[in-house]
Amino acid sequence: MSVKTHQKTKLVPVNRSVALLPERDAHVSPILECIDLGVTFGGLKAVDNFDITIGRTEIAGLIGPNGAGKTTIFNLLTKVYQPTHGTILLDGKDIHGMTTTQVNRAGIARTFQNIRLFTDLTVEENITVAMNNQIKYNMAEGIFRLPSFWKGERIAHERAMELLSFFHMEQFADAKAGSLPYGAQRRLEILRALATNPCLLLLDEPAAGMNPSETAELMENIRTIRDTFKIAVLLIEHDMSLVMNICEGIAVLSFGRIIAKGSPEDIQSDPKVIEAYLGRKKEA
Amino acid sequence: MKQKKSKFSGDLLTFLLVAAVYAVVAYLLYGGSLTRQFSNMLIPISVYIVLAVSLNLVVGLLGELSLGHAGFMSVGLFSGCLLSIALVDILPTPVRLPLSMLAGGLVAALFGLAVGLPALRLKGDYLAIVTLACGEIIKNIITNLKFTGGALGLNTNPIYSNAKKLLPYAIVLVLLTVLVMMNLKRSKQGRAIMAIRDNRIAAESVGIDVTRYKLTVFTIAAFFAGAAGTLYGHFFANVKAASFDYNMSIEILVIVVLGGMGSIPGSIIAAIVLTALPEAMREFADYRMLLYAIVLIIVMLATNNPTMKDFLRRISPAALLRRAAKKKTPSLQKEEA
Repeated sequence: MSVKTHQKTKLVPVNRSVALLPERDAHVSPILECIDLGVTFGGLKAVDNFDITIGRTEIAGLIGPNGAGKTTIFNLLTKVYQPTHGTILLDGKDIHGMTTTQVNRAGIARTFQNIRLFTDLTVEENITVAMNNQIKYNMAEGIFRLPSFWKGERIAHERAMELLSFFHMEQFADAKAGSLPYGAQRRLEILRALATNPCLLLLDEPAAGMNPSETAELMENIRTIRDTFKIAVLLIEHDMSLVMNICEGIAVLSFGRIIAKGSPEDIQSDPKVIEAYLGRKKEA
Repeated sequence: MKQKKSKFSGDLLTFLLVAAVYAVVAYLLYGGSLTRQFSNMLIPISVYIVLAVSLNLVVGLLGELSLGHAGFMSVGLFSGCLLSIALVDILPTPVRLPLSMLAGGLVAALFGLAVGLPALRLKGDYLAIVTLACGEIIKNIITNLKFTGGALGLNTNPIYSNAKKLLPYAIVLVLLTVLVMMNLKRSKQGRAIMAIRDNRIAAESVGIDVTRYKLTVFTIAAFFAGAAGTLYGHFFANVKAASFDYNMSIEILVIVVLGGMGSIPGSIIAAIVLTALPEAMREFADYRMLLYAIVLIIVMLATNNPTMKDFLRRISPAALLRRAAKKKTPSLQKEEA
């Protein structure tokens, strides 16, 4: 499988802060803005002084050594943890005080590093569960099988099949999600997140456990997702070929702080990043 | 899509089977060919079916352990029966009984909601302990109230009815419960509830309001327990709150576990077997609890065995129907293969 070489995105500074956004997103307000975000567990500052701005159709990357706090940031954005300080603006609106459920309804969907599917439900049900808020019928209408139930279920079924066809997984629709092979489970998790109609998709190590050809396919898929659904993607990944290939803006995290931000080229040549990953050169 | 259809008709088959069995039983009962011992078991069996199927919603679908089901049942029983006693001279039975069952169910649902609000912040064992305690508190409060008859029990003689009179109401209640539970399971709400069971964090992350669904499940389960309780009260001349203690809650839980978590036909069969067996084997009454334990262990071992599981799946109503459908249209079979 050949990976299309993508036109490199030019990052331009945005006036409201020193944030960099892809040129095409620069004239509209960003989808996500974190200002001085931080969380403290006991005496440990797990994340501190975290600033990031993500454009409406940007594919952004979050990298860093193990334990740097990357997943913690996802948990802060989705309110699994409540931030100790700082502000998160989603589409310009403060999500302070929202629960995980409300954040999802506001437009953030995510996948998990350790896959969290509804293993005893079928593949199709895993996706239709995520459409729960879009299917319009109440409990009584469901119990007594009124026309609105059949209509809602039909629409959900069609949409689920449409999403499954995206990854060519229609034939698994009736299989138990837990019985799928690993790679398919990861893809299903992405589809489930997409089913909630997000404007920002958070992917936590989407390529973990995938071989190079699967990773290449995933890269294409992430781009296609962005182009089809016109959404922003923020991903955590250790696979540098993937990150450097598809991410337009990258933030590097080390010990809970951002040590570098910029385009893939900037990051690759940043001495601080090299130091964080490889350690300092011993003085001779 | 094919698979989906057969699932729906599997539900339908179970529903029709239950209705058919009740039709036969009713025919025998009103034809006078049932022994007194057998006809006296009909109402308790129906009540236990409703209790087990409704508890299955909490334990099997939501995946939370509730040990207060007997408490909700007794709240429903006493409130429903008190209303029924008050209305005994005013309304005829066909109006009074459904009305009091509804009232009993609603009061129980209210209690379910009240207990659920604080308790459902807890998970697993902690929730089990709190619901157990709530059941006991309910029992003690009812035992110590004057208008519920206190420790001597509520005199339900004025509203007492025999199995022949109560059976139609029992049939309607059982069929309604089964219908509601089955259709709820296969709706967006049912999917959300099962998603919470499978992975709460993931359920939250896709926008499912976990607390609301948990409360709804708790309330619905309590409603049916309360309605069943009211029916149960009409079958006796005297009811004591003390008999609805944690032992009864555990008995209902045993039925659910024995029938298979989340399986409605399983709950029905287990309710029939576990209610009928002690009656049929009165001389071994002392060994009943021992027998429960042994049967439960055997079932646990059997249902966790892959070969056994596969066998059970093959003889499930849905699978049987699928096979029957395949036989009728052999061309379909080729297509699928």
